[in-house]
Amino acid sequence: MRMTGLILLAALAAPAANAVEFHTVLPKQSTIHFEFRQMGVPIKGGFKRFTTQMAFDPARPEAARAQIEIDLASIDAGSSEADEESAGKLWFDRSVYPKATFVSSQVRALGNNRYEMRGTLTLKGRSRDMVVPVTFVPGNNAAVFDGAFVLRRLDFGIGEGMWADVATVANEVQVRFRIAATGN
Amino acid sequence: MSTVMRYSTPAIVLHWLVALLIFAGFPLGVYMHELPLSPDKLKLYSYHKWIGVTVLMLVAVRLGWRLTHMPPPLPDSIAAWQRRASAIAHGLLYVLMIVIPLSGWLMSSAKGFQTVWFGVLPLPDLVGKDKALGDLLAGVHQALNFTLLALVILHVAAALKHHFIERRPFLQRMAWGGKE
Repeated sequence: MRMTGLILLAALAAPAANAVEFHTVLPKQSTIHFEFRQMGVPIKGGFKRFTTQMAFDPARPEAARAQIEIDLASIDAGSSEADEESAGKLWFDRSVYPKATFVSSQVRALGNNRYEMRGTLTLKGRSRDMVVPVTFVPGNNAAVFDGAFVLRRLDFGIGEGMWADVATVANEVQVRFRIAATGN
Repeated sequence: MSTVMRYSTPAIVLHWLVALLIFAGFPLGVYMHELPLSPDKLKLYSYHKWIGVTVLMLVAVRLGWRLTHMPPPLPDSIAAWQRRASAIAHGLLYVLMIVIPLSGWLMSSAKGFQTVWFGVLPLPDLVGKDKALGDLLAGVHQALNFTLLALVILHVAAALKHHFIERRPFLQRMAWGGKE
């Protein structure tokens, strides 16, 4: 009876021993980039400073969670002129809203290491639900999570007043992120 | 008075089209670059770049035409040194009409903004994003443009002098209508 219990326990424990929960983020290997069109011209940018807290166990994706906080002062908006402009009231209004945050609410496995992450993005005091496709790329030392989604800047009041004209600066901003994490 | 020798119609059309674009693009460039950032500024920059790329294309056609079609000979009364000066000035004008748009295109690339002609046709970035190079090319672009301004003034002054002071029908060489 006791023997059977031990075997049962070992059997239950076996998959757990192989599974890794990725929770230590490697900031230097993680990036957030964006791209938008200005007068039809693609402009690339990104954020240099952001912190990520996450937990992901491929065996239990539904329990995964992620929280990203972006320091908006670390923006590269394509030029120093645009970097300065983006801090203003019409754009991020950075003195009032210095950070952008994303908090996941639900993760669903789509198969083939692809997942759908739902969550709330808060920018300039406005919160919007987002659906973000994420690809999990297992690695020897660190796993990589690649995601991309389209953000409509006007949903968050980014670029108000004269800048609301989407013929000059497009409403759609393609956001791409890569988060590297280990299970250690 | 002898009959007026005119340039060929394509040469005349190309001359005035390019002249019109330069007369629009130059003041636009001077005006826009001091503006604070705004959607209007972004629009003006784009218009300026589209004008420049159009000039480059038209000048390529013009150069092809010029190399295969002899311009009408200058009147015999024009002095030899003036003929040489005219040839040099026209040569320089062609060089500037090519090099100025090129320097603007390269500057735009170096500053990290691809040039997309009329928002539709993307020109390749021949140099990567490089702030120092971008600032250098901005200075080059400006210097070349003020050289062009000086040459255009000389070009117009010479034509007007031949026409009005020397009282020859000189402007008809490059005028719309009239007999060839």
